[in-house]
Amino acid sequence: MTAPPAHSDTTALLATLLLHHEVNQLNAAYAAALDDKRFEEWPLFFTEHGHYKLQARENFDRGLPLALMALESRGMMKDRIYGVMQTIYHSPYYMRHIVGPARITSFDEDAIRAEANYVVVRTKPGGVGGGTSDVYNVGRYIDELVRADGVLVFRSRLAVYDSEMVLNSLIYPI
Amino acid sequence: MNAPPASTAKSTAESTAEFPRWTQPGSSRIPFWVYTDAQLYQRELEKIFYGAHWCYVGLEAEIPNTGDYKLSHVGERQVLMVRDRIAPKDRATDHGIRVVENRCAHRGVRFCQTGHGNARSFVCPYHQWTYKLNGDLAGLPFKDGVKDGDRVNGGMPESFDIKDHGLTKLRVALLHGLVFATFSDSTEPLEVYLGPDIMPWLDRIFKGAAGPKKLTLLGYNRQRIPGNWKLMMENIKDPYHPGLLHTWFVTFGLWRADQKSRMVMDAEGRHAVMISRRNEGGQNTAVTEGVTSFKPSMTLHDDRLLDVVPEAWWTIDDPANPGTPITPTVTMITLFPSLIIQQQVNSLSTRHIVPRGQGEFDFVWTHFGFADDTPGMTQRRLRQANLFGPAGFVSADDGEVIELSQQGFAQAGENGTTLCELDGTGTEMTEHMVTETLIRSMYAYWKKVMQP
Repeated sequence: MTAPPAHSDTTALLATLLLHHEVNQLNAAYAAALDDKRFEEWPLFFTEHGHYKLQARENFDRGLPLALMALESRGMMKDRIYGVMQTIYHSPYYMRHIVGPARITSFDEDAIRAEANYVVVRTKPGGVGGGTSDVYNVGRYIDELVRADGVLVFRSRLAVYDSEMVLNSLIYPI
Repeated sequence: MNAPPASTAKSTAESTAEFPRWTQPGSSRIPFWVYTDAQLYQRELEKIFYGAHWCYVGLEAEIPNTGDYKLSHVGERQVLMVRDRIAPKDRATDHGIRVVENRCAHRGVRFCQTGHGNARSFVCPYHQWTYKLNGDLAGLPFKDGVKDGDRVNGGMPESFDIKDHGLTKLRVALLHGLVFATFSDSTEPLEVYLGPDIMPWLDRIFKGAAGPKKLTLLGYNRQRIPGNWKLMMENIKDPYHPGLLHTWFVTFGLWRADQKSRMVMDAEGRHAVMISRRNEGGQNTAVTEGVTSFKPSMTLHDDRLLDVVPEAWWTIDDPANPGTPITPTVTMITLFPSLIIQQQVNSLSTRHIVPRGQGEFDFVWTHFGFADDTPGMTQRRLRQANLFGPAGFVSADDGEVIELSQQGFAQAGENGTTLCELDGTGTEMTEHMVTETLIRSMYAYWKKVMQP
């Protein structure tokens, strides 16, 4: 997609609106699954060999490959979720994702490429976290989406975060 | 693994006589105020971080070109690690790495506001005082005043000598590409500071056949942990917890009490190496029975996360038994006060402790590989990085328990202490990991340095 279509081109405009709507709906469903701690659903937002990476902006901007979390298949994502639910000791917290409107950056037969800003606020319930809600992770998603059985899924989701410091630890995916 | 090397001075545990506030004998009961007292923390900054200790600032590989710099910290002080120009006549003797404080000599401004970059000189934005890469003051505006007709207005006094007003320069020592700095003139040479028991384990990772191995920078992870800085040193001097807190370690045999292992320390007891060799994991009632973190039926959906490939450099001549090879799969090195160097299978990193008051520190992970790694090995190191760091399968929970420790200390009064008496109250090296000896030895040293 290069320039926005002229208003006279109603069909193209509607197609664009629908696509943005569809990507925004996907982003909303993804955020809701994580915020509701339906973690076992999380790998299903990806293709079987989909990639998920959560990376500091410092590394991304400098072309350094290290990420905070770098998973290369649904299998690895399931392993992460097993870690979240069974093996990584942590004091539990709520996440609240606020995801901005999707910006579709390109679109062809291969994939839809889109970006969206996000903020994740962390709250520790039960009186263990001092009672505050803290800005936890701020960044943007850089996504490649494809259709699987007509439904949009991520072939790749890269979350690049501005936040300089992880507030102690990061257990759940963003 | 056989007998530990003949231990040199283990005198620190006994030489802790004068610390009246520390009422318990030895160093196995650590008072909670050691972690929570703000005034004591200020003294730690002066005596430890700004005193006669070598503090890590970075890797030479982070500043490969002349003029490259990186912001780092020694204690709470921000410093710049810089690669200076070297005069041709000095090339044989001068490594060219400088460490200067990020604080203008004029009005105290932290003049550098970028984390890394390349500069010809450093200029303070406030009054344009300009410094050479080595920290010398090169010039300042209106030093000789401003002409107004026949008069000269202002200017610095006659007695002002530009040579006296450079940036604070730290002493710098380089070891196999690791850069250390100290504010003190009396810090012993770095290799003496580290000592002969620690050096072979640094050589093993970093020393090449012909000069230091060339490192590749893979990237950074940063976390802010609400706990006292010493708790992170303790965590990596504590071989007791990994096979209990960390499911991956006990289940997949990366670190657990039925493995061959060795606890090494320097003569002062301040630095340490925890050395071990992985086993196949699985059931062994001696170390897994009743351990809830052990998951007997756990397998990975995608085992590329733990695709371990042995590397030739893992095997060295055993420093404790010359003539016998030794092949650890993990060495966790703590260099007092602020550096941890990790080799856990194919994952390599430095972890830098930056204290921020008595109740908080930043923890900066720098992952690296070697310049001669194949693309496959680089990929493997990056995959195994999922185990470590602020989100790691086996490291995220370390930050969590440190936070909870600090909270527990804070709610107790003057008389609370920790209990570090696994394997007794001594501070000897051991050939097993069922011990808290390295924590005790660090506090024996700490008491010596910190006694009023």
